[in-house]
Amino acid sequence: MATTSKYSNAQNRSGEYMKIAIASGKGGTGKTTLATNLAHLLSQKCPVILADLDVEEPNSGFFIKGKKIQEKKVFRMIPNWDKEKCVLCGNCQRVCKFNAVIKLWEEVLVFNQLCHSCYACSELCPQNALPMKSYEVGKITEFEQNNLHFVEGKLNVGEEQAVPLIKETINFSEHNYPSDILRIFDAPPGTSCPVIEATKDADYIILITEPTPFGLHDMKLAVEVMRELKKDFGVVINRYGIGNDDAIQYCEDEKIPLLGKIPNMKKATEAYAKGELLSQALPEIRNAIEVIIKNLQVREVLL
Amino acid sequence: MKEIVVISGKGGTGKTSITAAFAMLAGTNAVISDCDVDAADMHLLLQPDFARSEDFYSGFKAEINQELCTKCGKCKQVCRFDAVHEIDNLYSIINLDCEGCGYCAEICPAKAIQMVEQNVGKWYISKIKTGTQMVHAKLGIGADNSGKLVAKVKKEAKNIAQESSKDFILVDGSPGIGCPVVSSLSGADYVIIVTEPTLPGFHDMKRVFELIQNFHLSAGCIINKHDVNTEISEKIIEFCTTNKIDIISKLPYDETFTAAMTQGKTILEFDDGEVKKILEHSWKKILLLTDHR
Repeated sequence: MATTSKYSNAQNRSGEYMKIAIASGKGGTGKTTLATNLAHLLSQKCPVILADLDVEEPNSGFFIKGKKIQEKKVFRMIPNWDKEKCVLCGNCQRVCKFNAVIKLWEEVLVFNQLCHSCYACSELCPQNALPMKSYEVGKITEFEQNNLHFVEGKLNVGEEQAVPLIKETINFSEHNYPSDILRIFDAPPGTSCPVIEATKDADYIILITEPTPFGLHDMKLAVEVMRELKKDFGVVINRYGIGNDDAIQYCEDEKIPLLGKIPNMKKATEAYAKGELLSQALPEIRNAIEVIIKNLQVREVLL
Repeated sequence: MKEIVVISGKGGTGKTSITAAFAMLAGTNAVISDCDVDAADMHLLLQPDFARSEDFYSGFKAEINQELCTKCGKCKQVCRFDAVHEIDNLYSIINLDCEGCGYCAEICPAKAIQMVEQNVGKWYISKIKTGTQMVHAKLGIGADNSGKLVAKVKKEAKNIAQESSKDFILVDGSPGIGCPVVSSLSGADYVIIVTEPTLPGFHDMKRVFELIQNFHLSAGCIINKHDVNTEISEKIIEFCTTNKIDIISKLPYDETFTAAMTQGKTILEFDDGEVKKILEHSWKKILLLTDHR
């Protein structure tokens, strides 16, 4: 481990402090494990903000048990039909590209789950009959554990769109703290819009995978996404020891930096089950995370 | 015909491995549908032939015609997604940020903005090694509209199942509770939740069950890796009993799943042990549970 007192003062090209996102492609490969353990170990040396952006199923909070600082509800704006003002011209239905506003005989229906909050129907209504009103989509909770600030976004069940809350959770972690703190984002699985939202502003992405055919297949998709986004990224292999070495070979062939390998241990699953931080419970895992930190230093993602 | 959807809330609990095993057991009596469109893996076990493939178009992105643009800046004013970029009085759309709402195109006084329909992926109808058909898809890189692609895959699977009078459609869903999951639940007859006895696994299962309740669907539960934490496993069973979720089976922690996957096989083709017996028993139970619904 480095002897310097700080890791986190690396800056990106525009002189801002580093944001590292942890993503995967396949679900359940260890994003939360890596994000929480990395944040915890780094916070012993310097302040760290950890943001859980897997808002559909946020789990970092099981491993980071800080003091709750605040909780705030997150809203997005949707149109609300004003029957009195409406002349049933149907312009709202015509402009909505998402079929979220439908005119039926004598009535205008708004489907909240389909609405993207673009305001077009509302602002283009000649009668002002669709004023925008706020609608709760989830909440952001802030915790503190010594040097570790933990921000969790949690989507209300039934709300289909994760992106607006991911955006809000990132904004919260940007504006609620001084800018010179390292930020770690725990991203959602997959390769579609929620992952893009969670990674597009990050300076460095760690893709974590399992050395199995499923893990490798989905990592390749995630690699394509990162290349499309023109992101600097590296790979961590979790549960190293199961499966085969194809993922390692793939990284070599594609010249993708392999940042570390976290060993496969049933004990790790057992500790994870109980909400224990693996780097505290198992020295082997702590060593593996420290190797990852060193490799991030070599790559100047951390100083 | 019954549509059985397998979901989990948390990723990596074993949805796909277990669904592929059920696909083997259902044989020619089921159409398989992989609705985890942004990280589809079932094809790695079921060996589809990708016989038919089609592009999938959904949603729009704005495009500014520079020759017509009068640089009035109104598009930038109305865009709620900061997708209109202006450098040196030249306006352009940042594709990644554009939601495709068309507000800018609607109000552009010069009619310089066009909404262009997006190719967001491909879907396939394949013959697989069980002798039946599978409908699957690949979402384009970073594409939106995964929910719509899921709906398309499900619709095609339903058509095939109806035409060929199959008894089942077996659907592998995606993790989470967002639009692809909601889309995969629509029209389901029975939902199987594959969970694991970890605090995150249990928490995520409860959230996904809440979603299932919104749709008034009946559900059953498979606890994978149940011996990892017997205490949480008991709590999951208690939760299921309280909420009238059928307990289908408990599977032990078993790395044979991975060993089978590494050879492109389902666990049934690989191992004759305990897990195979439990899965066979589970499928029989699912047949009974869905029979009278």
